[in-house]
Amino acid sequence: QRKESLRSVSVDLNHDASLLIDIPDALCERDKVKFTVHTKTTLSSFQKPDFSVPRQHEDFIWLHDTLVETEDYAGLIIPPAPPKPDFDSPREKMHKLGEGEATMTKEEYTKMKQELEAEYLAVFKKTVQVHEIFLQRLSSHPVLSKDRNFQIFLEYDQDLSVRRKNAKEMFGGFFKNMVKSADEVLISGVKEVDDFFEQEKTFLLDYYSKIKDSTAKAEKMTRAHKNIADDYIHISATLNSLAADDMTANKKNLEKLSDLFEKFRKVEGRVASDQDLKLTELLRYYMRDIQAAKDLLYRRARALADYENSNKALDKARLKSKDIPQAEEHQRQCLQKFDKLSESGKKELTSFKGRRVVAFRKNFIEMAELEIKHAKNSVTLLQGCIELLKSN
Amino acid sequence: MSLCTELVLDITYHQVKAPLFLVAQDLTLFCICVNVQSQPASLAAEDISTNSNGPKQDSLFDDDPEDLFAEATEEVSLDSPERDVLLSDGPSPAITPITPPTSVITPRIVSCVFIEEEEGGDSFDIHISVSDPEKVGEYMTSMSLFKRSEFAVKRRFSDFLGLHSKLASKYLHIGYIVPPAPEKSIVGMTKVKVGKEDQSSNEFVEKRRSALERYLMRTVKHPILLKDPDVLQFLESSELPRAVSTQALSSAGLLRMVNKAADAVNKMTIKMNESDAWFEEKQQHFENLDVQLRKLHTSVESLVCHRKELSVNTAQFAKSAAMLGNSEDHTALSRALSQLAEVEEKIDQLHQDQANADFYLFSELLGDYVRLLTAVKGVFDHRMKTWQKWQDSQMLLQKKREAEAKLQFTNKPDKLQQAKDEIKELEGKVQQGERDFEQISKTIRKEVSRFEKERVKDFKTIIIKYLESLVQTQQQLIKYWEAFLPEAKAIS
Repeated sequence: QRKESLRSVSVDLNHDASLLIDIPDALCERDKVKFTVHTKTTLSSFQKPDFSVPRQHEDFIWLHDTLVETEDYAGLIIPPAPPKPDFDSPREKMHKLGEGEATMTKEEYTKMKQELEAEYLAVFKKTVQVHEIFLQRLSSHPVLSKDRNFQIFLEYDQDLSVRRKNAKEMFGGFFKNMVKSADEVLISGVKEVDDFFEQEKTFLLDYYSKIKDSTAKAEKMTRAHKNIADDYIHISATLNSLAADDMTANKKNLEKLSDLFEKFRKVEGRVASDQDLKLTELLRYYMRDIQAAKDLLYRRARALADYENSNKALDKARLKSKDIPQAEEHQRQCLQKFDKLSESGKKELTSFKGRRVVAFRKNFIEMAELEIKHAKNSVTLLQGCIELLKSN
Repeated sequence: MSLCTELVLDITYHQVKAPLFLVAQDLTLFCICVNVQSQPASLAAEDISTNSNGPKQDSLFDDDPEDLFAEATEEVSLDSPERDVLLSDGPSPAITPITPPTSVITPRIVSCVFIEEEEGGDSFDIHISVSDPEKVGEYMTSMSLFKRSEFAVKRRFSDFLGLHSKLASKYLHIGYIVPPAPEKSIVGMTKVKVGKEDQSSNEFVEKRRSALERYLMRTVKHPILLKDPDVLQFLESSELPRAVSTQALSSAGLLRMVNKAADAVNKMTIKMNESDAWFEEKQQHFENLDVQLRKLHTSVESLVCHRKELSVNTAQFAKSAAMLGNSEDHTALSRALSQLAEVEEKIDQLHQDQANADFYLFSELLGDYVRLLTAVKGVFDHRMKTWQKWQDSQMLLQKKREAEAKLQFTNKPDKLQQAKDEIKELEGKVQQGERDFEQISKTIRKEVSRFEKERVKDFKTIIIKYLESLVQTQQQLIKYWEAFLPEAKAIS
């Protein structure tokens, strides 16, 4: 069991003081994470100005899915659902560490364990952050922030699982699957009349596959960095053992070297985790966001298909001189829906690009600055050690 | 202040197109560049009495850095009467470091040259240059080990192995730590022979060349081995008789044999009465050192592997980022992504270079010392064998004496005489055995002292170089990211 106090990481989304959301606290019980969702609001639609509720990951998914299913939001990019908390990697490593305990010194084992606990903590922090950002995206959206289910999510002080079950029964979940498997086909199949959407379609489809690839490659890079940091732990520990056995003047040198690698590996570890947050996580998040944008295109494409079908139906009705008013009404509705989607979609996609550019800029700058900082730190550490060794 | 002549070594690899029918043989030739230069001697303490093997010498060995060289020249009885001239006279106060007596050759390695050759086979060129030592100071003698001052020879890999096996057979059993030669690697060598011109075979060649350079360097750094005629011949003569026997036995194989013999010795009933705790202590010390160095070596090998992985992954990411940049429709962001891709590409090369430094400086250093420790342990085992031989002679003498005593009461004058003769012979053997044992013990003490000093110096020098390589990498990283930062800021 673990209780961590975390500050809200993302400041960009929490602009509007009328509705401020953060996850100040989270608990890890076995594999289940319990988030404390804290809301501060001046809106009268809420019962209290300041309150907190416990929520599970599944509750977030429920909220996301209900938003996706809501017809009125078809023209909006629904913020991507936060991924399920995944502690597999550090857990597996912890297991391996346990198996290899006999081959290490006590000190080495302790350090490796600390590293893994830090990794566990990092995964934990990341999952909190990503759940928090999801809520903050909603709260900063002019339309979605007013959603009834969103309010229930924030406010309802009972267990949401009952509601979740009902929702599942209503939608069956099949719609979601259908969307996922059909969107590519439908989007590419539809004849596009609007240049803007034509360009967006081409761009998003291509960009999605590229960013997915970049995310995977960035992750591999980060993992290699982590492995190097771990190697330094072992090197430091063995140097320490050598120093302990050494009875000559060389002892001090070995101790200094061991100390250097210990400090150096911490820096390397930071490099790895910063790169993970600023690069890998950035790419991963926007990969999911691009998918959400694609979903919007899909819904619009479906609306266009519906409109085209309604046209065909109207023609048929006119031919048969039967049920013409209904067909006309249906066609009018489809067109209206399609137009609404297109208008809202255009706005969303444009602001999405702006958001993406801003986020990339911010993270690239931070990443470069951190890389420079860590490298400078490393140089200082290394040169200090070199001086000490040379002076002996 | 006297001067030392310095031996500078330089090995280059030399690949030649080998006709197919020659593939089966070992055709690798290496060029060794040797440069002997004058250099001021580092402070060396005066020689001390070398007669006893008692413990009082122990502390002095540890204190005097160059003591060994003076000592060593006295010990070796192999050749050149010139050596006597190099000795300082008698004992002197051990406290003050005094003008060093001799011109000592301390070799040093320089650079590497790659030469094309007409005949079939791969070769390594050894380019050797010797500069004449100058005559300065009272104790100075010029000692020219080499006929010329600069020369080059071609040697095959098997020649190196041959040299090692000769040195091992001459010196190991009397207690000298003979540096082991690099191991044969069938897979790597086959690739090179078949003429496969890819990166892994180039890497293999470079590994081998570097290993041979270090091996030769260590060998010539040893004051006794450097003066060995086989070594001199190896360095100097243009034609070397082909070392056929080594084809069956690499240095690794030789060491394995030595170790097997040592194990056999241990498994016998030898419980040596160790009169000198120093040896037990040192043996334990080397055991521990061996364990730790192997562990460290494994960790560093893992580091090399992961660093190479990082390099590959970074390169892959760079490509992916470039493609993402192409796909990006926002102009400024697209440009930034392309620049990120460029930075990462440069960084991937940086990681590759660092991986090489990890390997050639750190990993190979550890690997070399793991192999050297095997030789050290072998030397201790030889001492045990020498002891055993002495004890055996002693026991035999005892038996003969008892037999002789019995014969006294019989009327067999012939047998008695025979017994007396045998006893006399055995007494000589026992004396020789004791001398041998004392000699090897003394030699080992000196060798261990020299070895430990070399080890510490070696490690320090190379580790500093390695740390400097790490510094360089980090400084380059700073440069690259500082160049990227304005690009990132330019996104609007």
